[in-house]
Formats: sequence, C-alpha cells, structure tokens
Amino acid sequence: MHTSFILDAAKAIQQSILNNEAALESLDREIGDGDHYINMKRGAQAIVSMQEELVSLSAALALNKIGLKLLSTLGGASGPLLASFFMSMAKQWPAAGKADLLSIALAFDAGVQAIMLRGKAGLGEKTMLDVLIPVSQQFKQLAEKKQTKAFICIALMESAEQGLINTRDLIATKGRAAGLGERAMGHLDPGAKSCQLIITAVCQLALAP
Amino acid sequence: MKKFINKLDDVLLESLSGFAEAHADIVKLALDPHFLSRKNQALNKVVLISGGGSGHEPLHVGFIGYGMLDAACPGHVFTSPTPDQMLAAAQSISTNKGVLFIVKNYAGDVMNFEMAAEMLNIENATIYTSDDCAVLNSTYTEGRRGVAGTIVVEKCVGSLAETGASLAECKALGEKVNQRTSSIGVALTSCTVPAAGRPTFNLAEDEIEMGVGIHGEPGRRRLKMQEADAVVKECVEAILADWQQKQLSLTEQHETLLLINGFGATPLMELYLIYHSATKLLKQHGICITRSLVGNYTTALDMAGASVSLCLLDDEIKYHWDSPVHTAAMRWKC
Repeated sequence: MHTSFILDAAKAIQQSILNNEAALESLDREIGDGDHYINMKRGAQAIVSMQEELVSLSAALALNKIGLKLLSTLGGASGPLLASFFMSMAKQWPAAGKADLLSIALAFDAGVQAIMLRGKAGLGEKTMLDVLIPVSQQFKQLAEKKQTKAFICIALMESAEQGLINTRDLIATKGRAAGLGERAMGHLDPGAKSCQLIITAVCQLALAP
Repeated sequence: MKKFINKLDDVLLESLSGFAEAHADIVKLALDPHFLSRKNQALNKVVLISGGGSGHEPLHVGFIGYGMLDAACPGHVFTSPTPDQMLAAAQSISTNKGVLFIVKNYAGDVMNFEMAAEMLNIENATIYTSDDCAVLNSTYTEGRRGVAGTIVVEKCVGSLAETGASLAECKALGEKVNQRTSSIGVALTSCTVPAAGRPTFNLAEDEIEMGVGIHGEPGRRRLKMQEADAVVKECVEAILADWQQKQLSLTEQHETLLLINGFGATPLMELYLIYHSATKLLKQHGICITRSLVGNYTTALDMAGASVSLCLLDDEIKYHWDSPVHTAAMRWKC
C-alpha cells in the first residue's frame, strides 16, 4: 500500500461522510450531542488538505502525520481516539515493499488496540469499537489464510455492517450514550456508523480496478 | 437563533480576542494553537493550566492571573481543547516546579489532557474535578462530571502554588477541595450552541431539568416548575446526601462555602433569591455558611438555570480561598 492510496482513501472517506450528513446528524441527535458529523467533516477536510505535505512521505510517516493532525483538529473524544489509532498503526506499519495484507492487518489491529487502551473500552459497549474489533479480527484471520484482497474487502464491509447493526440493541456503557442507559437501546451508535462508512469507503476503493 | 455573531467560524476567536483586549492588563492571547496565559508570569511556582470546551465563560480564561491559573486552553464550543494547545501553553512558561493540569472530568477533556501529559517532557500531574453529584455516568463522562466546584479547586490550588509549594502539595490540595465540594444544577431552558443553531434539548414551558449538566446534557429527572424554595430544597438535599455518601462528617464547628452559579441567562436577582433560599435550608440542617460566591462563573451559553455548590471548609481551604486573587472574573485583596 502506497501513500497515494492513503491520500485517495482520505478523499473517499471525506466523500462518504459528506454523503451521509443526514444519517450521522440524526443518529447523534438521538443519543449523542449532535456534533459528530461536524467533527468528522472537519477531520476529513483537514486530512484531505494535507495532500501536498503527505504525498512525498512513506506510508508510515504519512499515517503518523494524519494522527497528529487529527489530534490537533478534532478535539472532543474522537480526536485522541482516532489519533491513537493512526499513530499506533503508523508504528506497526511494515517497511516499504513489505506491505502484504497480513502485515497491514496487524498494523490495523495495533491501531484498534490503541483505541481500546485510550478509551478504556472493549466490545459490546455501543461505541465505534463494535465495528472496529470484529473487522480487525476478521482482517487478521482472513489475511492469515491468505485470502485474496477482493475476498477480504467484501468480508470486511459485511463485518462492519454487522458490527454497526449490533450496536442497536446494546446498552451504552462507554462513550456519548453512556448517560442514557436503556434509553439508547434501539438506536445505532453514531461513532460506529462513521467507522462503518470509513471502512466501506476504503474497501470499495481497494476493490476498484 | 438570535445571537451576536459575524461568521459562525469566527465566533470563538473573536470572543477570545475581545477577552484578551478587555483584560490586557492580566492576560495575553497566543494563536495557533490557541491559549491564554498570564501577562506577568511568576517564576518558581507550579504552573497551573486548565482548559475545556468554550461556552462556560468566565471558566477558565477568566481565572487566569495572580492567585489562580497560569494559562487556559479553550476548545471549540462544548468541545475539548487539543493536546497541541496544552503543550504550547506548558512550554511557553518556564518552570522548575512542574505543571499541574486541572481538568473537568469529561471523556474528551480527560483523553486530550492525558495525551498532552504523555507528550510533555516536563514533570506534570493532573487533577480531575468531579463535584457534580447529580448523576454518576452521563453523556460525556464516566463517573461524575466536573462543574462549578472546579473554580473552588482552581482558587485554592492557585493560592497554594503562589507560595512556592510543590507539585505534589498542589495536587493534594486540589483533590481535597474536589472531594469536599458537591454541586448540582437545574435548567429552566435549554442552551443553543451557535454552530447547531437550535436548542440542544427540548424543555416544555412549565418543565425544568433537575441535575442538568453544563452542556445541557440530561440530569436526574424532569419535573414541573414549582416555587423556588422547593427546587432549591431538592438541590440542597442532593448535596447533603452526597456528603453523607462521601462520609464528610458535619459538626456545628464546620464552616462551608456556598456558591450559587448562574448558567448564563438567569438574572442575578434570582441567583440571590436562590442563595437566600439555600441558606435558610442549610441553617435548618445546622450548617454554618461563612464564605459565599454568587454570580455567573461556570455558564452553559444561554441556558437559564443555576447550580448550587457547597464546599466543606477547613483551615487550609479557608486560608487559600481568602488569599489575594487578581483575575478577570474574580478579584479580591489585591
């Protein structure tokens, strides 16, 4: 995976977030504070506008810069969480020329672990981790079995969708909806939704000929 | 929405600029990353840095100055500031005694200050304030929220830091004050975040939210508006129940500080009425109030409502509360 793919992915993610304004806004209004869409939009815009600065860097350096940028742009809880993801993924990123699917899966997993550590949260707490953890586990398993890129991408999109749907019936114990208790049941988690959008956008880009 | 705005994106910066201009004798503003710090920085003291989402003014920028904070990092409205702000603020002030961060317990603030603390290569420590006894977990927190009681912490730790006390001593006093302070708020209306353009939550004309948070997040329960004494009674009883749970023992000799804080759209006339009501009730419980503060200190934009905070004093806290302070929002004895 080259830096150019990361830059294209950033654009695809931005487009996906913009296309889903209404969905993100209404989910966050139901069980959050209504600023999730604005924050995600601001973050995506910040990354896309770094194209020139990133294009000549290695993938690992570019991912680390993205993390630092999100840290200084997003604020709230999503800043440190997403920044921890990118900065930890950057640390584990394979050297140039050695980026096979398994090493990318392991780097992705390091990012997800960093979110768990920073947010002190795990699976089943109605957060973005309900999408990220199953996606990461499946990514590792399929890459270990040496499945094709196309097969993995389709599987991960399904896994992200399922993870998102699972948040509907969870009681939030972490994150924005934690104060609502059972009142948040029956609602999808907005952070899980934006992660599902991001994973889908990246997988679709990877699938494109 | 009717608000004084030029461009939505400029609200924060224009407001901070106005604050820095109006109080140019006390503070200076640094941009990109944004923070405000003391104009005349004292040496040889623990550097106290606070910060949080904007919309709670005068918290925290109004408490920069002699006897209180050294710097404050304002985030976007109701959004935590970012680590680059805390790092820039900490690095702009030279210290040989370390940096103490004072952080209200909200998930976003905690994580951002935590990352700043990890990235800062100066000795540092953090106090998390959690005086709000209304709810345990909430929209933005694990555990209790930090609200108006935070200024009692900032005042007392600020005073101690001026004496040249160590980082550990400052942290210990801050944690003691936080432990001995309980608060609860009540909203009569919602607030409106400028960028959102509409009220954060819906409250019927005859309803109030008991235990509301300073971002308009839900509290304990919604009830019909009633006479002030009844509302204040519920607040005072919640605080006293919290003190019991914290095992703060009360005797006749104990003195307290009563803080009636406005959320932004409740007139002082009503805040003083609440103060009168709370003192009557506390007297019935045999509680002696010897220090007081009434005004808008930890606001929630344009929310109507108020919070009641009660701090159980001891000689140390009393001494540091009474000591000189010179900030934009609080000034006495100097």
